[in-house]
Order: sequence, then C-alpha cells, then structure tokens
Amino acid sequence: MKAVNIRLLLTALPLFAAAAALGNTIKVKGSDTTLPLTQMVAEAFNKQKGVTPVAVTGGGSGVGISALVEGTTDIAMSSRPLKFHEKVKFQANKLVVKEVVIAKDALSVIVHPSNKVGKLTRQQLEDIFTGKITNWKEVGGADARIIVYTRETSSGTYEFFKEHVMNKKNFARTALSMSATGSIIQSISQTKGAIGYVGLAYVNKHVKPLAVSYDSKNYVEPTLSNAQSGKYPITRPLFYFFDTKNEAKLKPFISYILSAKGQAIVKKDGYIPVK
Amino acid sequence: MKNTFKRFIERFVEGILFLSGTITTITVLLIVVFLFREGSGLFNNSTMEKGFVLAINKSNPVSKLSSYEIKEIFDGKITSWKQVGGKDQPIQLFHVEDITNYYTEEQIGANFENLPKLLSNVVDSIPNIVAFVPEMYVDKSFKGRVLPEKKLTLKEFFFGREWFPTSQPAAQFGAFSLITGTLWVSLWAILISLPLGLSVAIYMAEIANPKVRNFLKPVIELLAGIPSVVYGFFGLIVIVPTIQRLFDLPVGETALAGSLILAIMALPTIITISEDAIRTTPRAMKEASLALGATHWQTIYKVVLPYSSSGIAAAAILGIGRAIGETMAVLMVTGNAAIIPSSLLEPVRTIPATIAAEMGEAPQGGVHFEALFALGAILFIMTLIINIVVDFISNKKKISKR
Repeated sequence: MKAVNIRLLLTALPLFAAAAALGNTIKVKGSDTTLPLTQMVAEAFNKQKGVTPVAVTGGGSGVGISALVEGTTDIAMSSRPLKFHEKVKFQANKLVVKEVVIAKDALSVIVHPSNKVGKLTRQQLEDIFTGKITNWKEVGGADARIIVYTRETSSGTYEFFKEHVMNKKNFARTALSMSATGSIIQSISQTKGAIGYVGLAYVNKHVKPLAVSYDSKNYVEPTLSNAQSGKYPITRPLFYFFDTKNEAKLKPFISYILSAKGQAIVKKDGYIPVK
Repeated sequence: MKNTFKRFIERFVEGILFLSGTITTITVLLIVVFLFREGSGLFNNSTMEKGFVLAINKSNPVSKLSSYEIKEIFDGKITSWKQVGGKDQPIQLFHVEDITNYYTEEQIGANFENLPKLLSNVVDSIPNIVAFVPEMYVDKSFKGRVLPEKKLTLKEFFFGREWFPTSQPAAQFGAFSLITGTLWVSLWAILISLPLGLSVAIYMAEIANPKVRNFLKPVIELLAGIPSVVYGFFGLIVIVPTIQRLFDLPVGETALAGSLILAIMALPTIITISEDAIRTTPRAMKEASLALGATHWQTIYKVVLPYSSSGIAAAAILGIGRAIGETMAVLMVTGNAAIIPSSLLEPVRTIPATIAAEMGEAPQGGVHFEALFALGAILFIMTLIINIVVDFISNKKKISKR
C-alpha cells in the first residue's frame, strides 16, 4: 500500500511541475509571418538560465489579436496594425494595449520559376489580383490563364496586401484562398500560371520573386538590402501587442528580441532589423 | 433478501443507463439549439463594421444603397451616381484616414477633437462624395446625410453569390456558392465511394478467400484511423499535380481533388460497416436460397443484400456524414474559391472549410461570427435531410420486402 502511494506521488510530481511551468510560460500567438522568426528567437531566449519559457503558436494575425482580447495569450504577434473595432474591443474589455515594432518584413510577389514575366507595376498587380487582367499575355508573358493565390481573410498578410497594393479593393472571386504561407509556396511551385504573395523570409528556390514598381519607372527587386534601405515599396512593420498589465513579465523577452542578439536573428531569418 | 438486493441493483443500473441516455440527448439538443440561436442572430445585424456609418452629401437624391452596391462602389466597379439612382456624377470615395488630404494634423487636433467638424465640412463641400466614417465622429451638427443601416436579409444570405466577410464598408455574406460547393463536392464523393465501398464489402464478405479477407480487414480499418490532415497533405502533394497533368489544367486544385480525397476518407467507414452487416446474414437463409437452385450471385443480390440493407444504410449515412463534414483535407486541396461550380475541374469552397479557416479571427458576437454559425446550421440541416432520405429509402426497401 505504502509503495503504491509513493509511486503515485512520484509520478504525480513531474505532472505538477509541468503544470506549474505551463502556468508560468509566456504565450505568444498570432501571425504566420512572424511565426518562424519568433520561434527562433524563443529558442535562443529559452536556452538562457532563469527565464520564463516562451511558447509560440501561429494562426494568423486576426487569431492572435482575438486571443489577446479574450486573455488566452500574453503577446499577440501581428503583421498588420490594429483595426478600429479591435481597438474598441480592447477599450471595452479595459485592456490597455501597447504595440512594439520588432522587425520589418517585405512582401514578395512570387510566380512559377518558368514564368517569363519578371517585373510588374502596382497598377498591374492590382488589376491581376482583382481579376481585371486574366491572361499572362496582357502583361508581357505567355498566353496562359493567370491563377491568383491569396491568403485567407484571417491573415495579416492578406490585409496588408489588400490595403497597400490593391488600394482596399476586394480580391477576384476566382482567387484561390490558402490558409498558410507554406501552402501558397507549394501550390505556386507546382502551377505554371500562378501568382501569389508571401513574406520575404518564405521565398525559396522553388518560386520566383518579381520586381515591383510603384511609379512605373523604377523596378525594385525584393531583396534584404532593398527592403532595409526602404527602396522596396511593399514593406510593412511586424508588431507585438500586449497588455501593459503584463509588461513586467514580458519585458525580458521583448527586450531580448530588440537587443543586438535578437535583431541578429531577425536579420538571419530574412526579415529587416528595426535598428 | 438477496433477491430484493439484486432487483435493487438492476433498477439502479437501469436508472443510470436512462440518465446517461437522457443527458446525451439533452446535450445534443442543446448544441443544436445553440447553433441555431447564434446563427439566427445574424439577421439582426448590418454587415457594416460596428461603429461605422456611410454618409453622403445632403444634395444627393440617393436615399439608400444595398450592401452589394456599396461593395461595388468601394471596389471601383460602380463609378457614377447615375448607376445607383442619383445624378450623373462620378462617385468620390472617402475613408476617415483621407482626412489628412484635406487638413493638417494640427488642424485635426492631437486627440482628434476637431475631427467631427472637419468631417462635416468635407462631406458638405463635395456633392458627389460617399464617406465611410466612424459613428463617434458624426455629431449633431453633421451637415451630411447618414445612410440608414441595412440589416442582412435571408435572401441576401441564401442567394448571394459573393463571400467577402471582412470587406469594409460592406461585408458580403452570400452563402449560395458555399452551399452549392459543399453539395457538389459531397455528391461526387458519395457517388465514387458508395458503389466502390459496397463492392469491396461484398467481395470481402462473400467472395474472398478467408486468408485475403483476414489480411484486408485490419488494413482497411487502419486506413480509417489516419488523421485527415495527412490525407490533405497527400492530396496536395500527389493528387493535385496528378489532376493538373492528367487533364491539362492551369491549376490542379479542383472539386475533383476534393471529391477524390473525401471518397478515400469515407471508404474505410463504408467498407467495414457494410461488411459487418453483410456477414451477419444467417447461413440458414443463404443455404436455403442455394438449395432452391439460385447461383451464388443471385443469392447475394436477392437474399444477402436486402437482409443487410439496414446495416448498409447505416454505413452509407456514416460515410456521407464524413464526406460532407470533412474539413482539413478539403481545405487543403479544393482551392477555396467562392464560386458556383460549373464542372468538376474548377476550384470550390465548402462550408466546413470556410468555418475552419475563418472561425479563429471572427470577433466573438460579431456579424462574421454569427454568419459562420448560420453556415453551421445550414450544414446541420443538409446532413439531417440526407440522413432522413437514406433512412426512408432503406425503410421502404424493408417494407416492400415483406
């Protein structure tokens, strides 16, 4: 009887410890664009001694901000600023929200590697994504239908692209909505006439990024140096939102990501450092 | 004494079983009631973002705009007031951020103190303007006219063609393309999986070598346990490019890919349950049929299948339920484009995929949230109707056999 009791206690102890530790983690949730970056920073941060561990999940900027309103996350990662109704929701729940810019990201417009088209103007991009231009030959490519890929409406990338490149116009009804950046890369790499947009950090050798021009004269390639210097026009800040009540608990992690070490990871990951 | 004790225990166990049955039924009913209550709240809300209004100049004769017209105006597809019943003037769009094009930051004030007055001035000075502004900056002295809020109507929801739930100023909640997309993908999944599943079940129960059956059955049951995300991944990497190559399509993400994946997922369920039902046919019936001179096939067709029709109906209902409600796999392979499918080789958007993709970001209690619940209610009704039909058909068969 006694042996059973001791064994039960011993098995229960690690569970208690895990529960205690879980209760004391920093939960970060939100944008898929900031996800790989935050995961790498969290890994480096967690290796340090005596720090509260950080747990990171994705789901989209909208998901992260909703979680912050409901109190199920400590930090909401977002690739877009707060919307008006979200600000009102925070006020209604008596949350004072602070925003920190942790990195900048360039949105890259990508096509299949075999596509002849190498550059497009903002107006052409708007017409392609709203469905006005439907064939690649209208923009100097082969005679093939343009297949438009976009993210789901919960994505901050979607919102940013819609607001800044498409001037708030809606996407074409025939646009294919994928729920993750990885799906867009996978789909575009296997579809010849495809076009889509992803964060710069996700571009790999299976897709081809396009040079973009906002004034129809200077076409700028989406490279790290162009984004850092500000020459590449489709650049956006990446945010962390948190409740100021938790500021003390979150300060170590946030100052880590803004420190030289954190920003070095930002740069290594393909994003643009803030400083 | 022992007898009364035993009787008491039996009564007690009966009571517990009755209680658990009641609790389960009540829980299911509560879930359904919750679903419909949230969904019906949708029709008491307008589709404009909460706290925002649409305002026009006082001289504009237009008194109301439909949700679709508002979206087309802000998308740049309707460009003249004449197209919506006004004067022949081009429409000038205005969002609250555009105020900086007219006034400087100092004039607006650090806490936007002067914004109501400045907004009023802007709307008053441009006769062909349509302004999308927060309600809190429209005060009593507003010199423009605020267009009345329009609630979402049943007709707009069920027969609208466009699904843009986050578009502002007018979100579009047209579920027609979603409903037809769901039905189309599920129909083809059922058409592929039911005959195939039934054939495999008959083969395994009646015709196969016992060694073959003993090998196949655990393998097929294993297939039923594979998570749907894995099927979706398989579909995206293998089935979609294959369809693209085979049919020479610009893109492989089509309703066909969705139907194939759903059929593959529904097959193990249909096969195992039908096979179990077919195997419970009593030997006496089969042997009587064979003794009367029927061939093996005639026995299967005329004796075994009608006898196990209720089990086969159960298998069909479960398979159909899986085909209609499956979310992750369909989300990954059908392309999620909200258009009305005209062929199998076009992308579609199904209701479960829509709910899965959008539920996380819909603000709780908002109109988008309620729209998703309304979609769930529609899905529930669709499944209910199909279940009733399948049940009815199998009952008719049973009655006609008597």
